[in-house]
Amino acid sequence: MSTAPGLAAVEREWRRFTPAERLARFAVYLGIVAAIVASLQSIEIIPEFLYDAPEQIGDMLRRMWPVAWDHYPEGVHAALLDSLHIATLGTLAAVVMAVPVAFLAARNVTPVPWLNYLAKLILVSSRSVNTLIWALFFVAVFGPGALAGTMAIAFHSIGFTGKLLGEALEESNRGTIEALEATGAPRFAVLLKGYWPQVKPAFWAIVLFRWDINVRESAVLGLVGAGGVGMALDTALNLFQWDRVAMVLLAIFAVVVAAEVVVTGIRRRVL
Amino acid sequence: MSAAARRAFVPNWWARAAWVAFALYVLYAASQLEFTPARFLAGIEHGAKFVARLFPPDLSRLALLAKGMAESLQIAVLASVLGVLISAPLALAAARNLMPAWATWPARAVMVLCRSFHPVIVAILFVKAVGFGALAGILALTVASVGFLGKLMTEAIEEISLKQVEAVRATGAPFASLVTYAVLPQVFSRLVGFVSYETDANLRNSTMVGIVGAGGIGGTLFAAFQRFDYDFVCTIVLTIIALIMAGEVLTVRVKRVFRA
Amino acid sequence: MTTGAPAAPAASAAVAASAADPRRSTAEAPALRIRGLVKAYVPGTPVLRGIDLDFAPRGITAIIGPSGTGKSTLIRCINRLVEPTAGEILFEGQDLTRLRGAALRLARRHIGMVFQEYNLVERLTVMENLLCGRLGYVTPLDAWLRRYPPRDVERAFELLDTVGLGPHAHARADSLSGGQRQRVGIARAVMQEPRLLLADEPTSSLDPKTSVEIMALVAALSEKHGFPVIINIHNVALAKRFAGRIVGMTGGRVVYDGAPEAITDAHLQTIYGGEDWLH
Repeated sequence: MSTAPGLAAVEREWRRFTPAERLARFAVYLGIVAAIVASLQSIEIIPEFLYDAPEQIGDMLRRMWPVAWDHYPEGVHAALLDSLHIATLGTLAAVVMAVPVAFLAARNVTPVPWLNYLAKLILVSSRSVNTLIWALFFVAVFGPGALAGTMAIAFHSIGFTGKLLGEALEESNRGTIEALEATGAPRFAVLLKGYWPQVKPAFWAIVLFRWDINVRESAVLGLVGAGGVGMALDTALNLFQWDRVAMVLLAIFAVVVAAEVVVTGIRRRVL
Repeated sequence: MSAAARRAFVPNWWARAAWVAFALYVLYAASQLEFTPARFLAGIEHGAKFVARLFPPDLSRLALLAKGMAESLQIAVLASVLGVLISAPLALAAARNLMPAWATWPARAVMVLCRSFHPVIVAILFVKAVGFGALAGILALTVASVGFLGKLMTEAIEEISLKQVEAVRATGAPFASLVTYAVLPQVFSRLVGFVSYETDANLRNSTMVGIVGAGGIGGTLFAAFQRFDYDFVCTIVLTIIALIMAGEVLTVRVKRVFRA
Repeated sequence: MTTGAPAAPAASAAVAASAADPRRSTAEAPALRIRGLVKAYVPGTPVLRGIDLDFAPRGITAIIGPSGTGKSTLIRCINRLVEPTAGEILFEGQDLTRLRGAALRLARRHIGMVFQEYNLVERLTVMENLLCGRLGYVTPLDAWLRRYPPRDVERAFELLDTVGLGPHAHARADSLSGGQRQRVGIARAVMQEPRLLLADEPTSSLDPKTSVEIMALVAALSEKHGFPVIINIHNVALAKRFAGRIVGMTGGRVVYDGAPEAITDAHLQTIYGGEDWLH
């Protein structure tokens, strides 16, 4: 940094990112803009529908009021409980299936790369296919009804549960595991007494979180015939009985809120 | 001292009771839903036949597949962008450490409402409002994004250190600069994480809103199911899985660029 | 290349000095023999450059040396937490470097280990941690159902009293202080009924007073249950006070092997280098 007269001062520029980083960031921004432009160009939006929308929404809301409260006891209540059962049993089945896959996916538990990849492939595939799509599958296999819905919830949830559980396992304290291996404990004992106590809090948090989401998911499965309150919704929609639709939506809303309250309460008290 | 009389493990009666109660519930629920071993076995057999019909995947209608996938991608991209654009100011308005109550309560109410319903339900309502097609899908997923991103962003903003905000405020900076220099740096990397997760989620959801007519590959898939065109179903599902895997890899890279 | 007294049997000087001192190794068949042990984490740059050591069935041996010289690697090679690159380790009639699978597990049952960071299962109780020492002896099913033999449970309680943690049997491990946790770690290792105890810097995370208590505990248990102890330690004063034999390492080789009394400043300088820290 020279300030001698006649010599230009060496400029010290303040740069937040290196040239390589700037290029990378620019590439990302460019990519995002390109994606947006491409999407906007090819999307088919019919302007008439857009202008019509407020009136359509108004019409729909008008038809929803007054809400068909009397429809609840026979049309909705049993189905609502069914949805809760589907969500709970589905989550249970998912957890049971996800735990071994999670152990296989965790690099510190299973230091065999191809097993890790296989397990991760199973987990990605499971969560890439939406619950609704799984439901279509299982309705074709088991026929319409709650069994299809439960299996759909289960198979979709394996992906998330397994992924989060695997990540929790990978964060376990290496030293503790070393100590148990040094005592000559067999592999299963190391998993049971070394890894499991460490991931227990994360495990319960994951299960609770997934159950909460599954309560939401199970409500719509009936739209494709997989049981639960979605079937009541589907019937009402097909018959354009908007007041009953409103009833079903309110019932779903109430259950979802209740589930959230329960989950938050458990999380605060126990975890 | 009789050491043998001391017990090594103290039984946790509450936990045991809870397990028993849960086991009873499972049996009850299974009977309510009419799960019998017979149905299961019948299903497994039927399932084996079904899976056989999935393979080999039908590759003859790739143009149809591509059109549907492209539409799903558009829905996902636009929904994510709109979602971010709307939820960013909304989350800022909902931050209780920065904003007064008359701003935070309505903002939070909007976000909770957006989150309360499953995207499919929202899609059905939008189909009624703006007709079949991708627009309904975009709007539905935008609503879902706003609910999800808004909540997470608000939490992130509420966790920042106010000392930095104070410091910038003391320089007399206008609100916009305050946000840029005091709030944004603290939350940016978490935001990148949230946005990339939500983009992945939108990609996943965009493949299914078509089932109710809101555009995308979901419609093609549903139609194929109804026609018992199971080998085409297989192609579509495999493509969806591949697309989402690619999406996840991409978001990991993007996160790395922004050092999230 | 060693200076000072030869490794085994014990130096005649040491025998002459205090044959009755229980810290001294006696002239018996070695419990552990290490021959030509080499370990290179990165091929071409070995951390251990050929270690030859014998350890008698009694007594405490302290391994001292600067950081990075391979003390911890040496200890961990013995129970194969680290895989040796070459050499043999003879223990109870077997070469530990050749064992795999179930045979390795069985051999490990007889080697207890105490760690610098205690390495307890934090969320389990003290009692559960102690009984983890028996995991090599019970079936996994019994471990899950917590069905340990009554004899083991009784021993566990006695051991707990010996290390002074009787009232804490059902406390969670993470509620204890560092010194208390290390006692649990030691008790867990002793629960294995080991024929050899390894300790990897057991006192490095503890304050001076607690360090002395822990070393005294290890010495007492070693005496009472009759197993030799190999301690990797960087506190030379503690080493001299409690160990019957000191092995000094530097640059991946043994450069001193003998009685604590015979170690001089010159030896320490060879081992650690530098002068300032000695005074």
